[in-house]
Formats: sequence, structure tokens, C-alpha cells
Amino acid sequence: MADEKMFRLRVISPERVFYEDDVAMVELNTTEGEIGVLPEHIPLTTIVAPGVLRIMKGEETREAAVLSGFMEIKKDAVTILAESCEWPEEIDLNRAKEAQIRAERRIKSGNEEVNLVRAEAALKRALTRIGLAEKYM
Amino acid sequence: MATMRDIKRRKESVSSTGQITKAMKLVATVKLQKAKSRAESSKPYFDQMYKTVSDILSKSSGISHPYLTGNDSKKKAVIVITSSRGLAGGYNANVIKLITKDDRFDADNTVIFAVGKKGATTFNRLGYDIKKDYSEVINDPLFSDAMEIGREVLKGYEDGEYGEIYLAYTVFKNTVTHIPTLLKLVPIVSEEGESESESEADTESLTLMNYEPEAEETLDMLIPKYVNSIIFGALVQAVASENGARMQAMDSATNNAEEMIADLTLKYNRARQSAITQELTEIIAGSAAVE
Repeated sequence: MADEKMFRLRVISPERVFYEDDVAMVELNTTEGEIGVLPEHIPLTTIVAPGVLRIMKGEETREAAVLSGFMEIKKDAVTILAESCEWPEEIDLNRAKEAQIRAERRIKSGNEEVNLVRAEAALKRALTRIGLAEKYM
Repeated sequence: MATMRDIKRRKESVSSTGQITKAMKLVATVKLQKAKSRAESSKPYFDQMYKTVSDILSKSSGISHPYLTGNDSKKKAVIVITSSRGLAGGYNANVIKLITKDDRFDADNTVIFAVGKKGATTFNRLGYDIKKDYSEVINDPLFSDAMEIGREVLKGYEDGEYGEIYLAYTVFKNTVTHIPTLLKLVPIVSEEGESESESEADTESLTLMNYEPEAEETLDMLIPKYVNSIIFGALVQAVASENGARMQAMDSATNNAEEMIADLTLKYNRARQSAITQELTEIIAGSAAVE
């Protein structure tokens, strides 16, 4: 494992630098689909969709919920700017479930179109949080 | 000459004011520490955001996007970030002056998005059109607040209600230096030649950068995020500046109070001495008359 290729991963949210370390691989959702990034990936800038961010380093794998943002991949560094980012233990499950119900209610009520897009995004975020939090319970 | 009682009463009033200003200074100091560390920990996000957006802009020159080209509306929108409380020296007045002293912003063609009650009431009095008031945000700004404001101002821009969006706030440089700043948010002007040395180093990675979805589409999603993050940064810095300004104002108020108390103490002692002297003179004169 000593000569395993690594790259620098930085996950930054508006409130703090969420994660910064050398890692072997990251996986996450983008608007174009799920991607896995290994060292020496081609440079790429893409939009992050709500989903689970999986960070692999040696034998260890960590997961976090990432909710919208974008990522910039360079040869030996990956920067993810996330509007919100949480480790499983930081997720407030009750709040997420409430958000889920609220979002579902809004979708069913069938009001304007703009609301629907936002409600769907909110539902997606809630489901991401719930899924991850329950996995680590 | 004021009587002893008058001086004493005045001294008591000044010293109780001094106590209040001293307490306010301490509170502002604690809040400043908190706001300052928040402003600092949020900085990497904005630096990176700014860098990425200017990277894309410098690469994809010549694309016409509504956020870059502007629209025909003559109106301007300004997000004004002030505080909700006074007693912060010139903090609020300096931000407001940025708008009122500028010929481009007269009351007829300017729409105000107010954050902070001081700004909201002042512009209301001056006859500006206040579109929305987000004053409750300023106490403890969250990123979701910035998103809300960003969504609202960009919506008006997309609807052609106004053609330019500005942001007036106070940059927190350090504890004693706060700079009132007027920033043009949209349309975004790519500042060329500002960071030449940096762009040179980045040339290699720039030419290689791929976008998924396409650069224009990425820009489309990125700019609202960019605007949100600038607004959030401005809010956090404004809170830090406000507390810094209040701390300074209250510090000098406390010093002035102490000076006044010293002055009044001197006057009081003098009045007391002269009263004693007068009483003595009267007693001596009285006893002399008896003899």
C-alpha cells in the first residue's frame, strides 16, 4: 500500500474546510451521472448532484452526504465545493425525515412548476441524508 | 457655577452611561471573535469559487450569456448590508453613503434589497423602493439565507426588472480596518490583467480543462452559486465589521466617559471646597459679630 498512488482531495463548504487529505479514490454523483475519480484523472469541472461522497484511502472508506455544489478535478488535486456537506454522525435524522415529508407534501399539492423543481431537490437531499444516516446507525 | 448637587447628579449619569458602553464593548468583542473566525473559515470556499468562475470566464470568452451581457433595463438593484442596531460609530452611515452619494443610484431607478434595519429605514425615508427586507438574517447569517437572497435578486434580473445588481457592504480587513465597498455582482465583468502572474501559472491546466456539461451550461449553474457565495461572504464579513465598528465606538465612548468623570470629579471637589470655605467664613464672621 505504501506506493499506492494518491491525490489531494479538498472538500470545502461555506462554513469550513470539510476534508483535506491525500486519498486514493473518490466516488460521487454528478448531474451527468455517478463518477469515480482515481489519480491522474483528466482535468474536469462538473456539477455535483445530491448524493453520497465516498472517500477511499488505503483500507479505509469514509462516506459523507454532499448536497449540490461543483467539483474541479486537476491532475493531482480534486476540489469539491459543496453548499452543504455532512458526515453520517452529523446528520439530524429527525430533521431529514421531516424535510422528506414536507417535500413530498409539496410535490403532491401540485402547485407551480418552480416549486416542484425545488421540492424535488429538497426531497432528494432529504433522502440522501436519511439513507446515509440509517446506514451508520 | 453649578451647585454640588447638580455636578454629582451629572457625574452619576455619565458613569452609568460609561458602564453601559463598557459592557457593550465587551459584548462586541466577544461577538467579533466569533464573527471573525467564521469569516476566516468561510474564506477558502469563496477564493476557490472566485478562481473557478474566473477560470471558466477567461477560457470561454465570446460566449453570450444573460449573466455576462446584461439586459436592457435601466434600473439597478442594490443589496445593502447594514446592521439592525445602532451605536456602531459610522458603520451604517458609511454603507448608506455609498448609495446616496453616487449619482448612478437615484431613488427613481434603484431597487433596494435591505439586509439590516438601519439601511431599510433610511432608504425608506429617502423614498427608495424597498423590494425586500431581510433584516432578521443579519444576526446570524446562514448559507441558506444567502441562497434565498441570491435566488430572489437573480429572479428579478432574469425577468428584466433591473439590469444590474450591486452589493453594498463592509469589507472586514482586520479588527480595526473596515472598508465600505460597492461591488457589481451581475452582469459579471471578467477582470482581465488583474492576476496576471497567477493566470500564467495556470495556463497549462486551463487549456486542458474539460467541462461536463458544456462550459456554458456549467456557467449557467455556477453563476447563481457564485452570487450566493459572494452574498454569504459579504454577510459574514459585514457581521464581523459591525462588531468591530461597535467595539471601537464603544471603546472611545468609554474613554470619553472616563475623561468626563475625571473632569466632573475635579469640579465637584472644587465646589465642595468652596462651600466649606464659605461656611467657615460665615461662622467666623458670625462669631466675630457676637463678640
